[in-house]
Amino acid sequence: MPWKNAHVFSPSTFYVDRVCYTKILPQETPGNCIMRGIVTTLDMFECFKDKVGEVLLPGDVFSFELVPLDNKADKVICGPGLRRNGDEVLVCKSGILRHKPPNLYWIDSIQKRYVPAKGESVIGIVTVKSGDVFKVDVGGSEQASLSYLAFEGATKRNRPNVQVGDLVYAQFTIANKDMEPELVCIDSCGRANGMGVFGADGLLFKVSLGLVRRLLAPQSDIVKDLEKTFPFEMVVGMNGRVWVRARTAQQTLIVANLLESCENMTTQQRQALFRRVADRVT
Amino acid sequence: MRDGPNTHVGSMMDVAVSPVLALRKFGCEQSLLSRPDGSSSFVQGDTSVLAGVYGPAEVKISKEIYDRATLEVMIQPKVGLSGVRERAQEHCVRQTCEAALLSTLHPRSSLSLILQIIHDDGSLLSCCLNAACMALMDAGLPMSCLFCGVTCAIEQDGHIVTDPTSQQEKESRALMTFAIDSAERRVMMSSTRGSFSVNELQQCVALSQRASEEIFQFYRDSVRRRYSKTL
Repeated sequence: MPWKNAHVFSPSTFYVDRVCYTKILPQETPGNCIMRGIVTTLDMFECFKDKVGEVLLPGDVFSFELVPLDNKADKVICGPGLRRNGDEVLVCKSGILRHKPPNLYWIDSIQKRYVPAKGESVIGIVTVKSGDVFKVDVGGSEQASLSYLAFEGATKRNRPNVQVGDLVYAQFTIANKDMEPELVCIDSCGRANGMGVFGADGLLFKVSLGLVRRLLAPQSDIVKDLEKTFPFEMVVGMNGRVWVRARTAQQTLIVANLLESCENMTTQQRQALFRRVADRVT
Repeated sequence: MRDGPNTHVGSMMDVAVSPVLALRKFGCEQSLLSRPDGSSSFVQGDTSVLAGVYGPAEVKISKEIYDRATLEVMIQPKVGLSGVRERAQEHCVRQTCEAALLSTLHPRSSLSLILQIIHDDGSLLSCCLNAACMALMDAGLPMSCLFCGVTCAIEQDGHIVTDPTSQQEKESRALMTFAIDSAERRVMMSSTRGSFSVNELQQCVALSQRASEEIFQFYRDSVRRRYSKTL
């Protein structure tokens, strides 16, 4: 069952994944990674600190003096939505400025369109089978390619059974603005590790990227609340696609509707709704 | 200034004498459509425009630009097909959006912006620009700065009216629309009609820049309201 431990497997430091992966893979050059720049100054901390948790708009600027520091710990890492421009940091998306100790800053925004990023796990739909690669629609601006050898146990003789229209849970190995994105369904050890083609049944639907991040966050309260209702399986792709399967079709639909309604609800509203549903269904 | 109630009367009379900023009521809603990646509706008085943004999405080979995103702007009139007037407005909006967007971050992709006119009661182009900016922001597209549109009308007697209604537009001697950026309050685009002096143009630009402050503050407030639940 490829979906069994799907959310255990998803990146645990999920909000900052785009930055994290650049740490894991040191060979990646700053040019093609998503990390916008490492700023070496202590002054930065100060000007970011007052704004953490506030809503910022494109065009807002953090100015600071550039002081070269030897100590690596003093570097500030800017994630999505922040761009370095000379000796200032420019906000280029609207959203809330978030901070993760010690020195990670990014803009948390509500978005619908997915832009592939290296290392992210997504749910794709196979659209074309051509020769030795599959074309997979992941919701980005370009279709991603998935080699038939990038499955667990696949060899030239033993091809994986993938049909057009199948869903796959896969991870990006190449994703940058200048190249065709590439997916794999194995980890670096050659194990499936939860990835692969989906089984029958289940329901696929789309939610906003903001909600997906909230679902994948390590101690997600939405998932915790949802677990209390009834048993079901869920796979969450970073591209906003969510796959759900419960015991009956009715329960599957209930989970899907609950998740979709989470988008614009406060914690109290959500918990009240979930409780009501749990009482009705069981 | 000491006698409170009278100051209101005084300021109302000033409107007729010197160019005082008088913008109509704004209204804005983001993410109101489910299909597009970003959407907004912008209301200025009785003028109302609905905007939808799709992208970065797959681009037609013929329209592909190898180092940046292709931006397409479509203005749909309230009734009938879009004609030359809409084409001219589309061009203005596209030039402005291209200047604000960091389109090099999404090369070989397409961005489409669709503006549906709900009702036209003057200052249509500026309302389109405002709706476009809010929709682009909602879609989360990288932008170097925000922009807003301000329309100024010069009446027969030389008075300048900001954000005119269609009646005021009809009676005006000259009509100008400026797009102002949020970073340095510079003019990004101007579209003018009628005859005016250089001095009047400069007055209008200065007035628009002052008006833009108010609009950008409105942008900030409405985006803050939108994120208030996730704060």
